[in-house]
Amino acid sequence: MDLREKLKGELIEQLNLEDITPADIDSSAPLFGEGLGLDSIDALEIIVLLEKEYGIKISNPADGKDAMQSIDSLAAFIEKNRK
Amino acid sequence: MIKRLADNIISPLGFSTAANYEAVRRGESGIVPGRDAAGTLLSLARLDREKLADTFRSVFRPRERYTVAEQALLLSVHYAVQEAGIDPADPRNGFVLSTTKGNIELLGDPGHDLGPDRIHLWHTAELLGRFFRNPNTPLTVSNACISGACAQIAAFNLLKDKTYDHVVVAGVDLASDFIISGFQSFKSLDEDRCRPFDARRKGLNLGEAAASLVYGNASGSGSYLLGGCIRNDANHISGPSRTGEGLYRALSAVMGGLSPDKVAFINAHGTATPFNDQMEAVAFARAGLEKTPVFSLKPHFGHTLGAAGLLEAIISIESMKAGVGIGTRGFEEYGVSEQINVIRDNFKHEINSVLKLASGFGGSNAAVLIRKNV
Amino acid sequence: MLCDGKEVLYLPGEDFPSFAKTLYKESGAEYPKFYKMSDMCKLGFLAAEFLLKDLDEVKVADPDQKALVLGCRASSLHADIEYSRTMNDIPSPALFVYTLANIVSGEIAIRHCFRGEELMLVQDGPESREHENYLKVLMAEGKTKFCISGFVDYDENGNYIAELSLIKKK
Repeated sequence: MDLREKLKGELIEQLNLEDITPADIDSSAPLFGEGLGLDSIDALEIIVLLEKEYGIKISNPADGKDAMQSIDSLAAFIEKNRK
Repeated sequence: MIKRLADNIISPLGFSTAANYEAVRRGESGIVPGRDAAGTLLSLARLDREKLADTFRSVFRPRERYTVAEQALLLSVHYAVQEAGIDPADPRNGFVLSTTKGNIELLGDPGHDLGPDRIHLWHTAELLGRFFRNPNTPLTVSNACISGACAQIAAFNLLKDKTYDHVVVAGVDLASDFIISGFQSFKSLDEDRCRPFDARRKGLNLGEAAASLVYGNASGSGSYLLGGCIRNDANHISGPSRTGEGLYRALSAVMGGLSPDKVAFINAHGTATPFNDQMEAVAFARAGLEKTPVFSLKPHFGHTLGAAGLLEAIISIESMKAGVGIGTRGFEEYGVSEQINVIRDNFKHEINSVLKLASGFGGSNAAVLIRKNV
Repeated sequence: MLCDGKEVLYLPGEDFPSFAKTLYKESGAEYPKFYKMSDMCKLGFLAAEFLLKDLDEVKVADPDQKALVLGCRASSLHADIEYSRTMNDIPSPALFVYTLANIVSGEIAIRHCFRGEELMLVQDGPESREHENYLKVLMAEGKTKFCISGFVDYDENGNYIAELSLIKKK
């Protein structure tokens, strides 16, 4: 399965995004602010997901900010850093 | 008028208010480096459990087991009540308890023999009342990190309307694995000692303490609780409002038209997280308090959660009595967007009023005003 | 669930998660954050949703004069237990944030813009002399126009109750 699609499913699960399907998420759309409207706690949960599923540890939330712009940037970050 | 009659602090810096205040004045800190259960480096202020147990045993000769939180709480109340010279069993005396997680340590100890109710905050309140043979159910406040400030406001109300002659306000919280892991998940802990308002601040340190204050209707020279205010940001359940909304409104309300230059000192919540300290600075500036000396006690005690509002109010009162303002250890260079007045070092000052502030999860904010009458 | 004494929804035998979901859909609220909340917060949120339904005068009132005084018995213990399970693996911040009794007040405050006084007390049950006293003083102070007062409890065994009233200053 494409990493982007996998990520969409994982985000929906991890962040309790009820009533949203992977088809609803645009890979290039912003995840925070507009788009899915995620907040600071969601960002921390994505950090948990990165560690649990992909073995990537982020100790400072600021380090993950660029990676979490969109599904595209998250996928690129994972591809670059995964263990 | 609602007067402070007595108080006590149980912390890593000592088991009396005097010991704690003197240590703070000397620049000492109870925060030491260590590791959490996962092995991650962190700094925290832990109570000496052996010293606590020994002291508890020698004071009370207990016939049953009490948890660490209960020992600290009961000991603190005992000393405060003794100093005040009041009878805790008198129905005209009431209790207010402030705690966020109480005996939550028991969650990690499934084999404990203390029964299924012991973990509950209502049980801690009942135990407090029962231990001191007081017939009234303690009013129990659990409002995140502002609990201690809220508890004093509740005590103020109870005394103003003469429900009680005296109110013992007591708070306790421990840095259990539960709480440490939670704050780690928020990435809000500094592995070194915290640096409130500083440009290099990285987060908070957790701390353990119990603190008690006895208030009563009285007059004469001393410290008086003039009032307090609680306001909610209504913005986010964990992130502070960028505009300092709730804290600004609490500050304005509690000052009630009092000119900023009449407030001598602000004891900030000052946890040293990037967002909290910035939010406080914005609130001070909005309230016209940018020139008022500000200090944070978190570098000495860590963040003691349910005890913080009480412990820090007590130290602020001591500072007011002594005429010595306490500097903020670890603060060197401003790391907030507003030009406020954080004090680095202790300084002699005619302090006759202090604002004690607190903010917490849930968007809660509180401000309490204490004044010295000579 | 009853509003002003009238039964609105009755689903005997339904577990809380599905009861809550049904109530949420019934309320007509569009608030995706609902699904992130702990059970205690969902409980309080839903009770407040129906309490304030169609009350325009509350919607337009000064946020600073809208207060919340709530009581609970079990604090957030059900959420504490859920969070503690993640401590064995990777602790979850989304669960940790709900491990405080007063977060339910925070959720209600955000939803309905209640920026006034807010307090969470731990009580034996819905009736509390201390709670009543506190309310009396608060309303007498004169700075509060509307106050949501009540009891929201969700214990570690899944027993729950929420009783909320809206108090208005004359």
